[in-house]
Amino acid sequence: MKLVLLTSFIVLLSCPCFSQIDSTLLRQAPANSSDTLLNMDAVYNRPFLSIGRLPVSLGGYVEANWQHLGTDGVTEGHQFQMRRFTLFVASTIYDRLKFLSEVEFEDGTKEINIEFAALDMEFHPLLNMRGGIILNPIGAFNQNHDGPKWEFIDRPISSTQMLPATWSNVGFGIYGKQSKQDFMFAYEAYLTNGFNDKIINNSEGRTSLSAAKENEERFEENFNGLPLVTLKAAVSHSKVAEIGLSYMGGVYNKFEEDGLLLNKKYRVDVFAVDMNTVIKITGTYINTEFALIHVEIPPTYSQQYGSRQYGGFLDIVQPFYKKPILGFNESILNISCRLEYVDWNMARFKETNTNIANHVYAIVPSISWRISSETVLRLNYRYQWQADLLGNPYSKTAGFQAGFSSYF
Amino acid sequence: MKKILTIVLLLSLSIHSCTKLQPKPPKDEEILDGPVEGLSYEEQVQFLKGDIAFNDDIFTVETGLGPLFVSTSCGSCHAGDGKGHPFTTLTRFGQHDSTGNKFLHLGGPQLQNRAIPGYIPEQIPSGATYSKIIPPANTGLGYLEAVTDADILALADPDDINGDGISGRPNWTIPATYLDIPVNSISNNGKYIGRFGKKAAAFNLLHQTVLAYNQDMGITSIYEPYDTYDQLEKDPEVGNQTIHDVVFYLQTLKTPRQRNTDNENVEEGKRLFIQSDCAKCHIPELKTGYSKIEALSFKTFHPYTDMLLHDMGEGLDDGYTEGSALSSEWRTPALWGMGLSKNSQGGTYYLLHDGRATSIHQAIMLHGGEATSSRNKYSSLSIEQRNQIEKFLESL
Repeated sequence: MKLVLLTSFIVLLSCPCFSQIDSTLLRQAPANSSDTLLNMDAVYNRPFLSIGRLPVSLGGYVEANWQHLGTDGVTEGHQFQMRRFTLFVASTIYDRLKFLSEVEFEDGTKEINIEFAALDMEFHPLLNMRGGIILNPIGAFNQNHDGPKWEFIDRPISSTQMLPATWSNVGFGIYGKQSKQDFMFAYEAYLTNGFNDKIINNSEGRTSLSAAKENEERFEENFNGLPLVTLKAAVSHSKVAEIGLSYMGGVYNKFEEDGLLLNKKYRVDVFAVDMNTVIKITGTYINTEFALIHVEIPPTYSQQYGSRQYGGFLDIVQPFYKKPILGFNESILNISCRLEYVDWNMARFKETNTNIANHVYAIVPSISWRISSETVLRLNYRYQWQADLLGNPYSKTAGFQAGFSSYF
Repeated sequence: MKKILTIVLLLSLSIHSCTKLQPKPPKDEEILDGPVEGLSYEEQVQFLKGDIAFNDDIFTVETGLGPLFVSTSCGSCHAGDGKGHPFTTLTRFGQHDSTGNKFLHLGGPQLQNRAIPGYIPEQIPSGATYSKIIPPANTGLGYLEAVTDADILALADPDDINGDGISGRPNWTIPATYLDIPVNSISNNGKYIGRFGKKAAAFNLLHQTVLAYNQDMGITSIYEPYDTYDQLEKDPEVGNQTIHDVVFYLQTLKTPRQRNTDNENVEEGKRLFIQSDCAKCHIPELKTGYSKIEALSFKTFHPYTDMLLHDMGEGLDDGYTEGSALSSEWRTPALWGMGLSKNSQGGTYYLLHDGRATSIHQAIMLHGGEATSSRNKYSSLSIEQRNQIEKFLESL
């Protein structure tokens, strides 16, 4: 054993080593920075590597961070987190026939998900068919969530805990895009497997669409046999903004099994609006998304599971320094701020006719260094107020987070 | 180079100041949760486990919730270990006399007014009387459990021998078969003193805990194995260790600490409180006997209760009872922590057994029966003096 270790040590010392290898086999296709792109294009708008004659392109991103947060004087101390390691595999099978997939490892290997694995067929720019595991296009974040594109380490609360972030399902649909002068119009329409009763039967103690992600069977079996409908329309003007309107809805509970009626049908309906723009004069980037959720709750169930939820976020990103830093010629320093709010339960107590509180809001200032368009170092400070169901004094959480996110 | 230094400086500052820019903990006297002083490391670990089970475990259909229930977790009825809110008010039904509940076969004694999807919640059976009950605070329960029977009986005066119009008596109950009777317990024809619950019908904290799991959340245990929906015996849905952790947590929650003790109004309010004979039932000071938990043994504490039943008059008589208590009799509630009640009740007071009083003044004025004389003394005070009593009660 000692001999093996000694030999290894000598071999290592004798090797001419480089800290990084820039292989000529790897050719990087950078992300498209064209302003004709919409949020719906995010799955393709990523840097990919082509390796020699390999018929597939590879890509991915990774993000890790340190954080020190405290809630009401209690802290879990220094936490080092490997939040995501995501791999993309894409292939042009034939002209206008493409396959793209995204596999994500979250929190190490705690969650491993195929977020996207779909075949796209283009019949006409206004008529494409997509089938497989798709990201339901509700809001913009669900489609356009790659870490390196954001200045904030945490994903928005409304997009992760209210709307399920990276909510993907097996299904089919169509989409299309048409441009005219400075305008771009796009639509998407999908039928997929749907939610399940975890929405109101979960350990969160509140209505939670994201709890439905716990059902891993959804890639194999639709919980109640009825499709979830997801529709999105987006319009953009190259000098103004992109605005998206989306809807997702369906029955979420199991109302029938083996031909036996078990319950009445209960629906979930989600409406979202998203907008992003760049103010040309200042270069300020503004990105926002708000959603309203309506869930039919059995009237005899607990009011802690609200029938209406509302929330969203507003990101303002201001570049303030665009010069080489430490030899990174494309460096940009951004100062940003996120404001976010979610009301988990928009209702009043039957017993007292007082407001059911159960809401959260947060402010997250940030400084980020974009080393390149594909890599960002971020320093965030989060301050968050959480009200419980009854509206007792806020539980306050605050602290720093620092980390990186990078495509590779 | 300057920029690099700036970045390094920013990072260093953020790491250095990471705790300074975080929310400060509330003052110890401003919150009700937290352990008693003097727990060993092992006891702290068990306290923590109980805390998690009590406050964080939310039951779902898969983990046993219901089918009929009132609440999905212990913590939802006792936010911050304080008093409950009308949203989680419990309804008990039965009959007006103390001959035993005649409606147990119809789902009594507690109404489960909520149900998981596909099930119909309970209704109060025809002919039953009922009472609504606001969940109490959990603070200092271990101290109350450790008061000796002899000390409680010493405060009792069931025949009002001293002629002061106050005749407190214990609720003599038959303990469930799974309960261990402490060595020094005093028996009265096979019955023992009940201590917990608005009518003191629960013998100890284990009894109270397993009943709450069963009747509030529809969770069966080895102690209370019958489902509230169909009254059939089920496999335990909560483990024994979890129950014992929760019981330990309740036993070792700290006592509330009085605030503003130097305030003149508070001091005067206390004097008036005693002068009005309020302290004849709301006994300021009790002491514990021996407890297996060393931190609770032989301690003096200030709960403002005598743990006895008192006739509170027609106004508070809901026509429902438990154990040997009469329908107009209620166990003197501990007043400690009263000033912090609003922090667990959504910013509003919901006082008395059913939360009908939304101010301390209102609660006092609704006292009747044995407390009529004290109430009258209070109402004859000047507004300033009444405010002083309220200031005192808010300081507890």
